[in-house]
Amino acid sequence: MNDLALPRTGETAAASIATAPRPRRRSLAYLQAAPLALVFLVFLVVPLLLTGIVSFWEYNEYAITPALTLQNYTDVFDGCLSADLCTTVRTYLSTLKFVALTLAITLPLGFAIAYFLAFHIRSDTVRMGLFLLCTIPFWTSNVIRMISWIPLLGRNGLINDTLRSLGLIKAPIEGLLYSDFAVVLAFVHLDTVFMIVPIFNSLARIDRSLIEAARDCGASGFQTLWNVVLPLAKPGIAIGSIFVVTLVMGDFVTVGMMGGQQIASVGKVIQVQMAYLQFPAAAANAVVLLAAVLLMILGLTRMIDLRREL
Amino acid sequence: MNVELIGLTKRYGAATAVDGIDLKVPSGAYCCLLGPSGCGKTTTLRMIGGHERASAGDVVIGPKAVGDATPAERGTAMMFQSYALFPHLDARDNVAFSLRMRGIGKAERRAKAMAMLDLVQMGHLAGRLPAQLSGGQQQRVALARALVTGPKVLLLDEPLSALDPFLRVRMRVELKRIQTELGLTFIHVTHSQEEAMALSDLVVVMNAGRIEQAADPRTVFERPATAFVARFIGGHNVIRLPDGMIAVRADRMRLGDEAGPGALAARVVAVEYQGTSVHVGLDADGLEQPPEALAESSAALTAVLSDAAFAAHPLRPGDTIPVGWDATAAHRLDA
Repeated sequence: MNDLALPRTGETAAASIATAPRPRRRSLAYLQAAPLALVFLVFLVVPLLLTGIVSFWEYNEYAITPALTLQNYTDVFDGCLSADLCTTVRTYLSTLKFVALTLAITLPLGFAIAYFLAFHIRSDTVRMGLFLLCTIPFWTSNVIRMISWIPLLGRNGLINDTLRSLGLIKAPIEGLLYSDFAVVLAFVHLDTVFMIVPIFNSLARIDRSLIEAARDCGASGFQTLWNVVLPLAKPGIAIGSIFVVTLVMGDFVTVGMMGGQQIASVGKVIQVQMAYLQFPAAAANAVVLLAAVLLMILGLTRMIDLRREL
Repeated sequence: MNVELIGLTKRYGAATAVDGIDLKVPSGAYCCLLGPSGCGKTTTLRMIGGHERASAGDVVIGPKAVGDATPAERGTAMMFQSYALFPHLDARDNVAFSLRMRGIGKAERRAKAMAMLDLVQMGHLAGRLPAQLSGGQQQRVALARALVTGPKVLLLDEPLSALDPFLRVRMRVELKRIQTELGLTFIHVTHSQEEAMALSDLVVVMNAGRIEQAADPRTVFERPATAFVARFIGGHNVIRLPDGMIAVRADRMRLGDEAGPGALAARVVAVEYQGTSVHVGLDADGLEQPPEALAESSAALTAVLSDAAFAAHPLRPGDTIPVGWDATAAHRLDA
């Protein structure tokens, strides 16, 4: 009946930092971090630098020449100063629309599922089982998961057929597949779990006595959710949002397949340029995309102090 | 407001945590629920506060049975063992939280919260987050938060157990001061008999989901109702005589020449110097303690001597000495 007060992780972490590391221990720590740092260096930093360098090169139909030109960047923003929206801005707006729609659905959905897992499931075994259930979509590849929507949503797919045989509709509903709807559906299907996990992690760390304390202070269920649970889930929400934003911003497969290759996306532009071997143009687009995503992440991290929470 | 428990029961499946207890706490009393862990004292407190549903029985606060009313409707406020301060709110907003939930305007609730923080001498730290406060400071904020809505009954769940001994004594004084000043009914759960003795007007000793004794501290100490109470409250020797069990206060034991007729020969097994007194552990043939008592002290009997008396007749472990007690000091136990 007496809950033993668990040592607060923050305090213990602060304590271990406070004890000044001796030189030997510090070098050992660097050694331990070295393999991951090396992997990051070789597979992230170097490719990024190369992309950055190539984005300043010149290219024509048959050759790519090292140079230092801003031509690729001016091409990206070609015509953007005129009254009409240029291709790049329109593409970004289209992609941002998917980001917004996907966030608007995965956030409440992910929060609700995480809340259910964290607060309503009492047994750890059941919780584990349900978590595994959430990961089932990841047992097959991305592409197969998307293709599997086609027999369901297609013009003569399961949904249209069923509705027709029930006599509810006469002509098949267009736009179930190869539409914005299909793209958002696929994004939600693919990305909700990236929202669930970090939010669950935040919720699981909320001391249950805080909920009781809120009730004791006269808060209704909704007031507790809004004033206690949600503020404490903010780090999880921010991390989940970062996952979703990055995944959707950089995507070209989902938009291509579910949009029937008819919908523009930033990732798709880069992929097409790569296919035509216009590497410098693709590199410039990639740098612009990277900058855009980083700006969005910066905005999200403004919401919370991530370093404090991790 | 007075609090009354009528046949209050809590069952978890087959296990009974609280077994039909009846209790009357008069208005403005400081009541301590005292007992070992698992005795049902916290569950009782949580049922009074509306955080646990009673399986049977009733809680009556003031004029009416509260049934399934929410804590706010009951007029109770609870101070949680871990303080349960909202980590994302500073001290002032923590205290103002319940006012905010009631839709009270910002200026008014802040003023009230500041007044409460001043009452617990935390006004100067109103802008700090809980993580930036020490345990004792967090406790004061939690107390202010519990008091801000003007509850009639304050429920405290082991409020002092997380503090270091020095702070514990200071907070104890503070709690008593605030209780007297505000004239509230306090119900305080603790496993420390010292705390219960120091604070309460009414000590309720609980064991295995039942009340062993509910009385003022002096009565509990002078006339423990059961062997359990005598052992738990400490300072007593529980002695099994042919015609029943008696409790004799350890400081009323007589050693050596004073032991009188009917003295038993006892062997000194431990001598502990305590400053103003000396605790002498004794083993006597025919006075074996029941096994459940042995966990608490290794010796069958303890005699507390004043330091002067001990200095006059020093004892060493291994000595044999007659031991007895005043017939008037022997208190007959129920069980």
